[in-house]
Amino acid sequence: MLYQQIAKNKRKTIFVLGGFFLLVALIGAAIGYLFAGSAVGGIVIAGVLAVIYMSVMISQSTEVVMNMNNAHEIHSAQEAPELWHVVEDMAIVAQVPMPRVFIIDDPSPNAFATGNDPQHSAVAATTGLLQMMNREELEGVMGHEMSHVRNYDIRLQTIALALSAAISALVSFAGNFWWLGGSRSSDDDDNGAVGIFAVIGSILLIILAPLAATIAQMALSRNREYLADAGSVELTRNPLGLISALKKLETAQPMKQVAPSSSSLYISDPELNSHHKPFAHLFDTHPPLEERIGRLERM
Amino acid sequence: MIVTIVVIVIIVLLIALYAGLYNGLVQLRTHAEESWSQIDVQLQRRNDLIPNLVSTVKGYSKYEASTLEKVTQLRSQLENVPEDDHAQKMAVSNELTGTLRSLFAVAENYPDLKASTQYQSLMEELSNTENKIAYSRQLYNSTVANLDAKIQSFPSNIIAKIHHFKQMDYLQVPKESKAVPKVSFDD
Repeated sequence: MLYQQIAKNKRKTIFVLGGFFLLVALIGAAIGYLFAGSAVGGIVIAGVLAVIYMSVMISQSTEVVMNMNNAHEIHSAQEAPELWHVVEDMAIVAQVPMPRVFIIDDPSPNAFATGNDPQHSAVAATTGLLQMMNREELEGVMGHEMSHVRNYDIRLQTIALALSAAISALVSFAGNFWWLGGSRSSDDDDNGAVGIFAVIGSILLIILAPLAATIAQMALSRNREYLADAGSVELTRNPLGLISALKKLETAQPMKQVAPSSSSLYISDPELNSHHKPFAHLFDTHPPLEERIGRLERM
Repeated sequence: MIVTIVVIVIIVLLIALYAGLYNGLVQLRTHAEESWSQIDVQLQRRNDLIPNLVSTVKGYSKYEASTLEKVTQLRSQLENVPEDDHAQKMAVSNELTGTLRSLFAVAENYPDLKASTQYQSLMEELSNTENKIAYSRQLYNSTVANLDAKIQSFPSNIIAKIHHFKQMDYLQVPKESKAVPKVSFDD
């Protein structure tokens, strides 16, 4: 079960990366052909840029994600003894190395894990979580995060996050570029060709924006939250801790500020609002907490 | 000619299989021993913390001298258990866990003690150690389960017999709970 999940995550990661490079190559070809008359040149430049971006992103992902969420690292057990010790415990039973530990100053209880693989992982908890949860509940939450680490969910989620951020940046960049190019092209002779590409460009933009969201969505199939809940119980052997933690999360206030693209990382949706609108669940990044509690109670 | 080659190939394959199975068993046994040593480290750590706890609590609770005495006595008993008698060690350790828990329960009656920062940090240290003992035991049991399964299953059972690999015993989990003194200061 665990190995299947890991293999599935590795496959998905390659698929997401491949899709990303294809997309970048297409955009490169379009821009290159449009402005330099050479699609191949565009592909090469875009490809090089994409490789550089991805390597920077992968080597710096923890820093980037933690910065995005205003998390600061703690380096010793003295700074937050209970959290540190619970994370140590979970790392022992999950048989993964001790992750880096971060704290977010926010009264709303929440937590997430990130990193490239179990050897380079990090977990973050809000100050609200530390205040609100007793030890058993904290173990349940951290067990959940450690399952994400062990399943390689963290790598897939981090890469999907980096890619959707890149694509939305590209979309807005290309939007500006096209605007500039478009205004200049009115003096040009080959208005027709540029016009066609402007149309194609705008169509591309329309396709790209939702695609970014779809990639993110695909990576976070809600199913993995259930799997991580089950993994947490496997580690702590104590479903009651996680159940009572999830019940506390159910009544919690949304977080003060959260980077929208990283909301899918958290154990419970940080932007959750209590006023349910019809169809609101359609775009949820997380399964409803009551359903997760129900599954744990039936275990 | 061909027959010789086939025979050689078969012999080489058999040796490779033998080596692979043997190394697999050694690796599993090493894992199990390593995870025992993790438990041992925590037992030692708790023993180191106890004198500190006793001296902190002593001033407050003169009336529970017998509990304190029992903690001290179990502590020295634990140190005298032979190194490789895992079951005996854990039995004493479980008893110590229970006694410590009742000591903590008694401490609830002394608000001054409960409020002292020294006691609070001791409590965190102790419950951390208790948790680590419980989780290391869980890890130990799962590594032992892997080893035992390998020793019993074909074909590694043959190699295990030749080289006298012995099955290891699970560590019993104490009945009451997971042997974690559940202490929280937040309520």
